[in-house]
Amino acid sequence: MLELKNITYSVKDEQNGKRQTILQDVNLTFGDKAITVITGPNGSGKSTLIKLLMGFEKPTSGKIYFNGEDITDCSVTERARKGFTMAFQQPVRFKGITVKRLLEMACGKKLDMDGMCDCLSSVGLCARNYIDRAVDGTLSGGELKRIELATAIAKGGEVFLLDEPEAGIDLWSFEDLVKIFERLHDKTVIIVSHQQRILETADKIILFDNDKLVSAGRKEDMFKILSQRPSLCWRNVKENG
Amino acid sequence: MDRTDEQLLETIADLHGIPEGSFNIRKNGKLLARNSDSDIEIVSKKDKDGIDIIVEPNVKNKSVHIPVLLTVGDFKDTVYNDFYIGENADVTIIAGCGIHNDACSDAEHDGIHTFYLSKNAKVRYVEKHYASRNGTGKKVFDPITKIYLKENAQFILEATQLGGVTYTDRKTYATVGKRAQLTVKEKILTDNEERAITDFKIKLSGEGSRADVVSRSVARGRSMQKFQSDLIGKNECFGHVECDGIVLDNARIISTPKIDAVSPEASLIHEAAVGKIAGEQLLKLMSLGLSEQEAEDAIIRGFLN
Repeated sequence: MLELKNITYSVKDEQNGKRQTILQDVNLTFGDKAITVITGPNGSGKSTLIKLLMGFEKPTSGKIYFNGEDITDCSVTERARKGFTMAFQQPVRFKGITVKRLLEMACGKKLDMDGMCDCLSSVGLCARNYIDRAVDGTLSGGELKRIELATAIAKGGEVFLLDEPEAGIDLWSFEDLVKIFERLHDKTVIIVSHQQRILETADKIILFDNDKLVSAGRKEDMFKILSQRPSLCWRNVKENG
Repeated sequence: MDRTDEQLLETIADLHGIPEGSFNIRKNGKLLARNSDSDIEIVSKKDKDGIDIIVEPNVKNKSVHIPVLLTVGDFKDTVYNDFYIGENADVTIIAGCGIHNDACSDAEHDGIHTFYLSKNAKVRYVEKHYASRNGTGKKVFDPITKIYLKENAQFILEATQLGGVTYTDRKTYATVGKRAQLTVKEKILTDNEERAITDFKIKLSGEGSRADVVSRSVARGRSMQKFQSDLIGKNECFGHVECDGIVLDNARIISTPKIDAVSPEASLIHEAAVGKIAGEQLLKLMSLGLSEQEAEDAIIRGFLN
């Protein structure tokens, strides 16, 4: 069980010196063995929430509890070792670090070809073609995104934070992506997404707007709200609503 | 050969004892061991310190090891080695020098190497510089490498200096002929008060000639590195120079590129990036469970891989 209690996050505006609130008094509970999709317009604080959960940023006030333990002050490394795993929205590039080395760092041990095939085939990549390639600009955006997801799978864990996992992945590969979520069905999975096909995989949907959690609930109930407020949720929901 | 010699040989040339094939092992200014065969002949110079290495035409898939060991202080070893590579030959040359200086006086090795590659010849030249021990004496390398490539020749230079060298001033000069190709992969790590200067001057003289120079450097402590390159395109050619540096602590890296398209048909590119490790790289590896120090080490190891 992962809980956010009264989480507020604000930053100082570089230009006028005033504090700008990104998240305001957010209370949320993420259950075990459930997929939660966070959605909402750009700039509503979705990615910030993911960063707070992984420990990249510390909340201005409020607490984060994981299985009853206060982890608000835990570092990124400590959270990773407690089972938090994150796939970045923008995959990070590394000159000289190969796909194989990155996967080995993720799972904390040497990987044989079978192990690498297992991670990479789940994101639609053939291990033989990729393991010796550097995770740098020689790979396309889509390839980097797939490798980012493979790295999360290789690491494993209890809480998966996936920030726009579909970004850069062609529509034809959506089924593969959905299969990855199915593979994580016994974990706590939190996904930031705008895509209806990903929203459909959710057990629970959370809607953010204007720094605030607008509503959260079961997928079926939330779809009704989203279709009534098309300005909040964009093309696919709007088209099908 | 004692244990120190064996350890140095392993570090600089991946050698476990005496190698097979042609080799020349030099220790403290004197010949320690040599083997020369009909394909790759090694001959001592008569007028100065050094050797001629003559690779016969059409010799393929052969290697020659020419490591140098320096295990005493107050010693400056300058050696002139000339390499004559026959037409269509394809060989690997493993050079490298290890200094083990316990003394409070300086130890210096200056290898002046000149390569003459005939038509269609190919050479992979691997050079590692390494120094150990904490004697106050400096450990210095000032190598000069001159490369002359005839038509269609290929030269791959892999130069690595990964620690302990107090001061180095490396100079590399190349003249690249028609459809010939020069590839340089340089990796330098400095720490403490170490200084490293590396200077390339490459003339792309022949039509269709190419040069690709990639220098990766990491500077720690209060060390300083200076990268200078001068790429001259005198014909229809392609040249690319890339200098990437990671700066840690209070270190400094200076990169000075120069590209000169003498011919309007020359296409020359220079890329340079110097800075500390990107915060997002550290965060990514920490999110995999590595500590900040482990993440930094992994990024540097990969960068210098």
